[in-house]
Amino acid sequence: MPRTLFDKIWDLHLVGQRADGRDLLYIDRHVLHELHAHHGFAYLQKQQRKVHRPDLTFAVQDHTVATKPGRDDDTNPTGAAFIKAMREGTRRNGIRLFDVGDPEQGISHVVAPEVGIVLPGATHAVPDSHASTVGGLGALAFGCGTTEMTHVLATQVMALKRPKRMRARLDGRLGAHVSSKDVALRLIAELGVAGARGYAVEYGGSAILAMPIEQRMTLCNLNIEMGGRSGFVAPDDATFAWLAGRPYAPQGAMWDRALEHWRTLITDDDAAFDREVVLDCHALEPQITWGTDPSQVVGISGRVPEPATLDASRRPAAESAFAYMGLQPGTALLGLPVNRVFIGSCTNSRLPDLEVAAAVVRGRRVAAGVAAMVVPGSSTVKREAEAAGLDRVFRDAGFFWGESGCSMCAGGNGDRGAPGERIVSTTNRNFENRQGPKTRTHLASPATAAASAIAGRIADVRQVLAGAA
Amino acid sequence: MQPFSSHTAVAAPLLRDDINTDQIAPVMHGRDLKEDYKVTLFYRARRRDDGSEDPDFILNKPQFRDAGILVTGNNFGAGSSRESAVWAMVANNIRVIVAKSFADIYRENCLQNGVLPIVLTAQEADDLTARVVAANGAAPFTVDLVSQRISGPGGAEMPFDIAAADRIRLLEGLDDIGLTLKHMNEIASWEQRIAAAQPWLQTAKDSR
Ligand code: SF4
Repeated sequence: MPRTLFDKIWDLHLVGQRADGRDLLYIDRHVLHELHAHHGFAYLQKQQRKVHRPDLTFAVQDHTVATKPGRDDDTNPTGAAFIKAMREGTRRNGIRLFDVGDPEQGISHVVAPEVGIVLPGATHAVPDSHASTVGGLGALAFGCGTTEMTHVLATQVMALKRPKRMRARLDGRLGAHVSSKDVALRLIAELGVAGARGYAVEYGGSAILAMPIEQRMTLCNLNIEMGGRSGFVAPDDATFAWLAGRPYAPQGAMWDRALEHWRTLITDDDAAFDREVVLDCHALEPQITWGTDPSQVVGISGRVPEPATLDASRRPAAESAFAYMGLQPGTALLGLPVNRVFIGSCTNSRLPDLEVAAAVVRGRRVAAGVAAMVVPGSSTVKREAEAAGLDRVFRDAGFFWGESGCSMCAGGNGDRGAPGERIVSTTNRNFENRQGPKTRTHLASPATAAASAIAGRIADVRQVLAGAA
Repeated sequence: MQPFSSHTAVAAPLLRDDINTDQIAPVMHGRDLKEDYKVTLFYRARRRDDGSEDPDFILNKPQFRDAGILVTGNNFGAGSSRESAVWAMVANNIRVIVAKSFADIYRENCLQNGVLPIVLTAQEADDLTARVVAANGAAPFTVDLVSQRISGPGGAEMPFDIAAADRIRLLEGLDDIGLTLKHMNEIASWEQRIAAAQPWLQTAKDSR
């Protein structure tokens, strides 16, 4: 019987079935972060249990670390206890920690692929809803809660109900300065914030094939914003080339053997999906959110929608978003004055993201009155960007250039906007108060964020580069 | 985990869709490892800009202060995986959430913590919401997991569905990790088999 790639991965990892009917799915790689890890370690200690596979478990300090140059544990006073507790717990349990100061520290979803912890066809769990970022390499990843994380620590399996299968086919060639962030925002707008709930999503189509791995990761990162726990792209030659030589990936003869298997990781022709959606990307313009959930999206040349044009079920949320965002229906997004710009987060903080933003910024200045900030997704990205001189480009233009971490994505480290500020951000959630109390977040691509920093208002990168804005 | 069989409490209506975990349990600043989850629940929504209590927020109204059942719309618990968004419910003795639908991870987190997530059809949910609004906290509702019924003022008993396995887990307060630990032999033999068939999955070493 023809099978989907999802089913192939699931079936291989199926250890057994529990008395309550749940599938026990083996987790090949488990990555912790400091916000949740201490709960798990404390539980295990109390129960006198061990971590079952410390050698397949990794930990990264990301959510609470400061971004200030020269930072240490205490630079963000509210993070210190978490950072120290994870250091202690990982040491006690023999887990490799990418600590503050480690040359490979960064956001877990950026670090794990970068060092080769993530492999095609492998299962992956992180106590964070954006776990499926690594689906960009063809891994099947699950975001999990704290108890589920502890469960994986103790047993190396998750107890899951098998999700349904969705295929999202993204067709067409992306226009200049349009990226997978724009594609993802459009898809979330079309399907809604719960559109993929209960599904594992396989992304395919010509637009995906043409996407570099980092952009595939951005797309899979945003899968949870339409309610999908897992989303992935079947691995291909681009994936294998990207992964080859990374330190934790298999090497030599083992690599060859793995590669032979990875080439079988495709959905069979005629395999059945429970739902198929198609998005034509060829005429897509840069996208931006106007409201307070990631489905409230318009093209950059668009306007805040009139309630009458919205589906009735979306009207109440829209009404409250108008008020919160300080926007009237019918207002054009282009030209709205911006107070702050943030380029970073597990969504858009990899080297190519920074290159795109730097290309817009180069030789220009951040508009007066705009606080602009770039936070690389990992210390490796930071080093590579600096080697390429990107830090100078950003600094010369007036950006703050920070140490790696989650930073203003959720403000867990104290980096936040002030009440009432309008922020263009390359992150993944525009929820009320997310980037600081009463802040107004517009999600967009790195290109749009950089262009808006230069223009001092929400801008179309294509116009900024043409010198027309 | 605390077993769940029946819960009698005032029910409060949260008449919105897509209430997310940032709203339910905002990331707290000035926190330490021992967060007071009782205070975390709807921390921002409960307060006005100056930090004082917002008397208009539903759970601040005198009749709903001790609400132990929430009735809400679609996609409750969207957003992050943070389990504090369920611990905050438990800390406030909210043991039942009735919704038109839940975000996946949030629903899992409820089951892990003895909170009963009930999904009703839109029609049933609207009927129950109307009753909860009409009762206005004056009389409690009872949610019985043994008989799978909701009862209370303003109408007949209402049956609800829940997967049999989830029901047993809540009724018996089964520890999820304990359930899986019974399978450690199977886990070990899977590891052995894969170490031979796909050895790269069973090792993750720094090659440098
Ligand atoms: S960057 Fe944001 S979304 Fe990503 S892991 Fe950090 S806090 Fe979560």
